[in-house]
Amino acid sequence: MTPSAPPATRVTALPMLGSAREVATHCPYCALQCGMTLRETPDGRVEVGARDFPTNRGGLCQKGWTSAELLDHPERLTTPLIKGRPATWDEAYDFIVDGIRRVQDAHGRDAVAVFGGGGLTNEKAYTLGKFARVALRTANIDYNGRFCMSSAAAAGNRAFGIDRGLPFPMADIAEADTLLLIGANVAETMPPFARYLTEQRQRGGTQIVVDPRATPTARAATLHLQPTPGTDLALALGLLHIVVAEGLTDPAYLAERTTGWDAVRKTAAGYWPARVELLTGVPVADLEATARALASADRAIILTARGAEQHAKGVDTVTAFINLALALGLPGRPGSGYGCLTGQGNGQGGREHGQKADQLPGYRRIDDPAARAHVAAVWGVDPDSLPGPGLSAYELLDALGQPGGPKAMLVFGSNPVVSAPRAARITERLRSLDLLIVCDFVLSETAAIADVVLPVAQWAEEDGTMTNLEGRVLRRRALRKPPPGIGTDLAVMAELASRLGRTGDGSSVTGGERSGGFSADPYAVFEELRRATAGGVADYAGVTWERVDAENGVFWPCPAADRAGTPRLFEEGFPTPDGRARLIAVEHRPVAEEIDAEYPLYLTTGRVLAQYQSGAQTRRIAALPGGPFVELHPDLAERLGIDDGATVRVLSRRGEMIAPARVVTTIRPDTLFAPFHYSGTGRANSLTGDALDPISRMPEFKVCAVRIEPVTP
Amino acid sequence: MNPGNTARPGSAMPPAERPRTSPDHVIVVGYGMAGARLATELSAAPGVEVTVLGAEPHRAYNRILLSSVLAGKHGETDITLTEAAGHGVKTRTGVSVTAIDRAARTVTLDGGEELSYDHLVLATGSQAIVPPIPGLAQPHPRVATFRTLEDCRRILDAAQGARTALVLGGGLLGLEAARGLAGRGLAVEVVHGVGHLMERQLDTGASAVLVRTLAELGVAVHLASSATGVSADDDGVTLRLDDRNLRADLLVLACGVRAETSLARAAGLRVERGIVIDERLATSDRRISALGDCAQFGEVVGGLVAPAWEQARVLAARLTGVDPDAVYVPSSPVTRLKASGIDLAAMGSLQPDAACEDVSFADPARGTYARLVIRDDRLTGAVMLGDNPSVGQVIQLFDRKGLVPRDRRALLLGRSLGGVDAPVATTTPALMPDNATVCQCNTVTKGALVRCWRSGARSLDDVVARTRATTGCGSCKDAVDGIVGWLSTSDSVGVS
Repeated sequence: MTPSAPPATRVTALPMLGSAREVATHCPYCALQCGMTLRETPDGRVEVGARDFPTNRGGLCQKGWTSAELLDHPERLTTPLIKGRPATWDEAYDFIVDGIRRVQDAHGRDAVAVFGGGGLTNEKAYTLGKFARVALRTANIDYNGRFCMSSAAAAGNRAFGIDRGLPFPMADIAEADTLLLIGANVAETMPPFARYLTEQRQRGGTQIVVDPRATPTARAATLHLQPTPGTDLALALGLLHIVVAEGLTDPAYLAERTTGWDAVRKTAAGYWPARVELLTGVPVADLEATARALASADRAIILTARGAEQHAKGVDTVTAFINLALALGLPGRPGSGYGCLTGQGNGQGGREHGQKADQLPGYRRIDDPAARAHVAAVWGVDPDSLPGPGLSAYELLDALGQPGGPKAMLVFGSNPVVSAPRAARITERLRSLDLLIVCDFVLSETAAIADVVLPVAQWAEEDGTMTNLEGRVLRRRALRKPPPGIGTDLAVMAELASRLGRTGDGSSVTGGERSGGFSADPYAVFEELRRATAGGVADYAGVTWERVDAENGVFWPCPAADRAGTPRLFEEGFPTPDGRARLIAVEHRPVAEEIDAEYPLYLTTGRVLAQYQSGAQTRRIAALPGGPFVELHPDLAERLGIDDGATVRVLSRRGEMIAPARVVTTIRPDTLFAPFHYSGTGRANSLTGDALDPISRMPEFKVCAVRIEPVTP
Repeated sequence: MNPGNTARPGSAMPPAERPRTSPDHVIVVGYGMAGARLATELSAAPGVEVTVLGAEPHRAYNRILLSSVLAGKHGETDITLTEAAGHGVKTRTGVSVTAIDRAARTVTLDGGEELSYDHLVLATGSQAIVPPIPGLAQPHPRVATFRTLEDCRRILDAAQGARTALVLGGGLLGLEAARGLAGRGLAVEVVHGVGHLMERQLDTGASAVLVRTLAELGVAVHLASSATGVSADDDGVTLRLDDRNLRADLLVLACGVRAETSLARAAGLRVERGIVIDERLATSDRRISALGDCAQFGEVVGGLVAPAWEQARVLAARLTGVDPDAVYVPSSPVTRLKASGIDLAAMGSLQPDAACEDVSFADPARGTYARLVIRDDRLTGAVMLGDNPSVGQVIQLFDRKGLVPRDRRALLLGRSLGGVDAPVATTTPALMPDNATVCQCNTVTKGALVRCWRSGARSLDDVVARTRATTGCGSCKDAVDGIVGWLSTSDSVGVS
C-alpha cells in the first residue's frame, strides 16, 4: 500500500512567485522562520533564496541557505523500516496497529505514549494531540518543547494569563532605548535576529547581555554581565532591589495594572547589591548601571531565552525578570515589555494546540470541564472519553518500560536520544520499550533504535502553518510533492486512527461542519483547528490560510475572520480574571548540583551557529561545519595540561563525553561549555542532569557539575 | 558562607515525617535580621510552633539598608523584611525578655508574662558602643549613635535644617553614615582615632585613596585624632580633639558595637565577648541556641548578615529535623562599603607573609586602588577601591577559594575574564589574513571574497549573492563593503 497521497498544494495568488516551480515559504529551522523562496531548477535541484519578510528582512544564515540539501540527500529515508529492514507501508501499519493493540490490551491505554516536537506545523501538533486523546485514548503525550519553552511559558501564564513569546512585533526591538537579553545568544542561534540588535545599537540604544560566556552576542553588546551559571534569579532580584532602592519603579502602573507588589518588594529587599554580587560575580557597579539603563529608558525591553530558562528554577527566574519589567511599568507600554525568544521552528504554535500533557487546543487546560466539552464536540467524541493530564516529557521518557510506565511510544519530529537530559538513561528507557515507532525523514539516533521507522515528507514538500516567535501565524508552502514512497505525518496519523477504528464518531455537528475523523489534508485540519481553538487563550478562529497569505501573517489571538490580529498584547489590560498582571514573590536558590571536589566545574550546554537542535538534519549537510567540542578557559587548560584541540573527557555523575578541547578566553575559568547537537561519545546530554523545575518540569540543562581530563592517546 | 546557600528556604517536610526529637515550641528572642531570617526558615517547615519576640516596636527591617535610609535612597517601609507569615509563626514586637529560667524552660517578659519553650533561640543582636568620653553620658538630640531604625530617625531629625555634621569613627558604618549625610547636602567631618580608615579591613594605601575620594564627595577626614570631650547645646555640638575643637550641627557616634549578652549572662550561659556557641549553634545549654550579632563562634563575634543567615539556615534545618546533623561552617566575610560614589570591597588579611604574592595597582587621581594577597594561587586577602571591573570575580574567588588567573593582571585591571576576541579589522583589508572569517553567520573568509571577485563578481551585490556574506546578522556589511572596495581599487594586488 502506498501512503495517502498528500493533498494538492493550495495555490493562492500571492505566494507563488512566477512559476509553479517557485514558492514563497519559510526556513525549516528556528522560530525566527525567515522568509525564503524555493526554486526548482530544470535539473531538479532546489535553490534557496532569501525573501524580504518582516522578521528576517532578507537575511538568512548558513543553516537556511543550505536547508534544501537535505531534500535529495542520499541518507534520506525512502521506505518504512521494520526492525531495520525495508517494509511496505501496509506491513508497517499492520505491525504498528498490532503492537498498539497488544500493548493496550495488556497494559491499558496509557501504556502507549506519544512524543511530539516543536518543529511540527500547527496542523500536525494539533492532530497529534487529537490522535493521542481520540485514536489512542492515552493520557501520555508530551513533546520536546518541554525542554525548550516550558519555563517561560509557565511564567508568562502565571504573570500575564497568556503565553505568547513576544507580545510585540520584532520591529519594536530595534527601537528600544535599552534592551536586556538574558541567556540569549541570537548572533549564533538566529543570526538574522541580530540585525535588530545591530540596528538598536546604531540608533544609540543601550544593549546589555547576561551570559556566563562572552558569546558573539555578548561581545557586541554595550555591557556584558557574566554571572556564575545558575544565578540569573539572584541577578534579577538584585536588579529589582536597585530599582526599588533608587525610586525607579512606576508606582501608578503598579497600583493600577498589577497585583502582588508588596510581597515582591519585600522579597527584593533581601537582595542588596553586595549580596547579589557575591552570588553572581557581577560587580555592583554593573548591576546599578543595568537597573538605571532600564529605568531611564522611554522604551525598554527585557528578553529571556534558554540560558535563563533551562534550569530547575527556570520559572522563578523568568518570573523575577517579569517582576522587574512590571515594577518598571514596561509590559503594555508602547515599545516596551518583556518577551521570551522561542527556539524551535514552531515552538510557539507547538505549545498551543494540545501536544502537551496537560493541554487541549487553543491553550486550553485538559482538566477544565468547559475546555473538554468544547474540544470533544469539535472532535465528535464524548467529553468523558478524553483522558486527563499525562506525564511531562522527562518524566514520560523516564517511565518508559518501567512498571506502570508506557510500553510503546510513537515519536514525531523529535530525537530524544540526543536532546533529552541524562541521555544515556533515556536511551536505555527507549530501548526497553516493546514498541518504538519513529516518523522522520532521516535515520535519527532515535529512529535508529526504533522498531518501526516511517519516512515522512520534509518542509519543502508540505503545506501548513507555523507560528513564529512573535505569535505571527505563517504559511509553509510546498514546492513539490514528497518523493515516491514517502508519507506525511498527517497521513500516518489518519491511517493509524482509521485502522485502530477510533476516529471520533463523526456524527457530531459543530458550526455546520461535520466533526470527527482525521484528515491528511492540512487545510482541512487547520479549518478544524480554528474551531477547536475558538474561545481559547490562543484563539485562531479568525485566522485563515488566505488571510495569512494576504496579510504577511496574522498575529493571534484573532477570534473572528473580520477582526484584525493582535500584534501587540496588553495595551488595554492583561487576560487575567481581574485584568491585572500578577507579580509573584520568588527567592533565589542554588543549582540542583553544586560543584564540589570531585566535580569541580560547571558545565553549561548550548547551540552553535551551523547546527540546529539534535543535529539530525544539519549534521548531514556537508556544507555546515560541525563536530563536538568542549570550551574551557586557558587558565584551566594550562593547569590540567590540555592543549587547544587535544582530546578531552568530561565526566559527570551521569556519564561522560569525549571531544576536542577548545581553549577560549570567552568562558569563565570555572565553567565548561559543550554544544548539545552531537551524538555518540560527543553527546553533551550524556552529562546533563534530570533535576526538574517544580512547575514547568523543565530539566536543568544549563548547569551541572563535571570534571575534565585529557585523554591520553 | 557558601554563596550558593544564602537564600535556600528550609525544605518543607510533612509533620508526620518530622523526627520526634524536634521541639514543639521554639521561642526566638530578637526580631532583627537573624531572628527574622530564622523565623522565615522555620515557617517553611510546618509542625514547629514559633514565637518571635522583638524589643523594637516595629516589624523586622533590613539593617544593612539603614545607611541607604540615611542617604535618602530608601524609605522606612522599603526596608521591612518579609513577614514570616503563617505556618505557626507568631510575632510579638515591643516586648522584652527580662529573664530566662533554664530549669523551668520559661522566659519572663517585661510585663511579667511567662512563656515556656522547648527550645530557645537568642538573637538579641548588638548595641552601639557609646565611648567613655566626657559629655556623652547625657543624651542630647544633636548626638546619636547609628545602629537602629530609631537611631536613623533621630539622626534624620537632627539633620533637618543642619548644614554640618561630625561623625566619630571611621569604620564601615561611620563612613556610610558620613556619605549618607553628605549626600543630603551636609558638610561632614569624620574623626578617626587610628592612622587610617577602616583599619581592620584596609591598608594605608587604600585608606589614602579613600580619604581622597571622600573629600571629593564632601567628607573631610581627621585621622589619628582622639576625641577628649563633647559638649552639645541648642546651637550645635562641639567635639574636642587633642589639638583643636570641631563644631557642627550634629554628631553621629559610630564607634563599633558590642554583643547584647546581658540576658544570657544573667541566665548563667557561657559568655565571652559574645554568647559562646558551637557548630550546632548551641550555647552551653543544649536547649538554648544563639545566632547573629550576639553570638560568638570561635574567636569571631557576629556582625555581618551573611554569616547570620547561614546560621539561621543551619539552625532551622536542625530544629525542624530537615537535617538534624547540619553544622555551621563559617566563611570568610567580605566587607562592602555601599555608598554613592564609593565602590569598596575588602576581604581577608592584607598582611602577607613570605609565602604570599602581593600585587597591587594604584591610581589615586582616579580613586582606584586594588591589592591582592595570594598564597598557593588562592586569594587570602584583597581590597578593591574605585573602578575595578573585576571586583565581582575577586569577591567570588575569595569566597569560594577559587584559583586566581595565571596572569594576575586579569584581576587587577581586566573587565573581562581574560580578554575578548578582537573583531575582524575592517580598515586594512590588505593586511587581513586570507583565512580570517569576515561573515560569521555564513562562514565566509576574506579569501572566499577575494576568490569570488577574481572569478568575475564585480559589485557588492554580486559578491553577496555568490558568497552569502552579510545575509545573516548583517553586522559584517561594512567589512565586506570595505573588502570589495579594496578589491575594486587594487585588483592587481597579489593576495597571499
